[in-house]
Amino acid sequence: MIDRSIIGFSWGHWEVDIEVGRLRLLAKAMGETRPIYTDVAAARAAGYRSLIAPPTFAFCLLADSPVGSGYLADVGIPIAEVLHGEQHFTYHQLMCAGDRVRVTRQVADCYEKKGGALGFVVLESRITFAADDSLIATGRQVMVHRRRP
Amino acid sequence: MTTPPAVAPGDLLPPLELPPLTRATLALYAGGSGDHIPLHIDSDFARAAGHRDVFMHGMLGAAFLARVLTGWASQECLLEFQVRFQAITWPGEVLVATGTVEAVDDAGAATVAVELRTVAGETKITGRAVIDFTRIPGSS
Repeated sequence: MIDRSIIGFSWGHWEVDIEVGRLRLLAKAMGETRPIYTDVAAARAAGYRSLIAPPTFAFCLLADSPVGSGYLADVGIPIAEVLHGEQHFTYHQLMCAGDRVRVTRQVADCYEKKGGALGFVVLESRITFAADDSLIATGRQVMVHRRRP
Repeated sequence: MTTPPAVAPGDLLPPLELPPLTRATLALYAGGSGDHIPLHIDSDFARAAGHRDVFMHGMLGAAFLARVLTGWASQECLLEFQVRFQAITWPGEVLVATGTVEAVDDAGAATVAVELRTVAGETKITGRAVIDFTRIPGSS
């Protein structure tokens, strides 16, 4: 049985400095070679503060939580049995290298399917600029617990 | 002010053809993303968990789909992006990321359906994005 008392649980907030080197490594992994994502001078020449963080970086910031992947254990999902089911983002502003951002995440819902063989935990996140708390992006993440028989 | 391109339902975004997925790419993505879950980078752990091998981070597949979107419209124009992970992707599989305009509203915002699939035709990820061409590039 899934423990619905986790609904509303929050990991508080954490702050992340977005680094040029991290964005460049991420671009390499994604096969992204366009200069606004890889070359600071080119990004500035194009009118940006620095390298642009790609859309999916909004998810990478969740990995920077003080508990790391330990959030899965906190919601009752063993790492060996986890699958990512869905991910939703809404975007309000771009993030760039050099920005300091604030991240929060909380449990929005949980439920089961297939007679308990599959558990689902829905997590909502919010990213803002640390300086003024203005909204950058929100996220909705559905993690699946595929229980091994 | 940029002029929105003429966009109509049924338009295909330029697809992204990817090289065969390697374990090296998964290792780089683990490092850059911060997602160090061993299912994606440690074959021993993945097998002990009942999988046949390491497998791709779903969000790396989402990142490929995002490249299709930002290759078509400046990233500022991306308002919403959502994906549903349909099947696990294994090392060696060859992926194609695609996008198709589904609708354009009166204000000029386009809804785009995205799909990541293998060249053999197996769907891995489906999703949807909303792109508003009236957001001005370079204004960040």
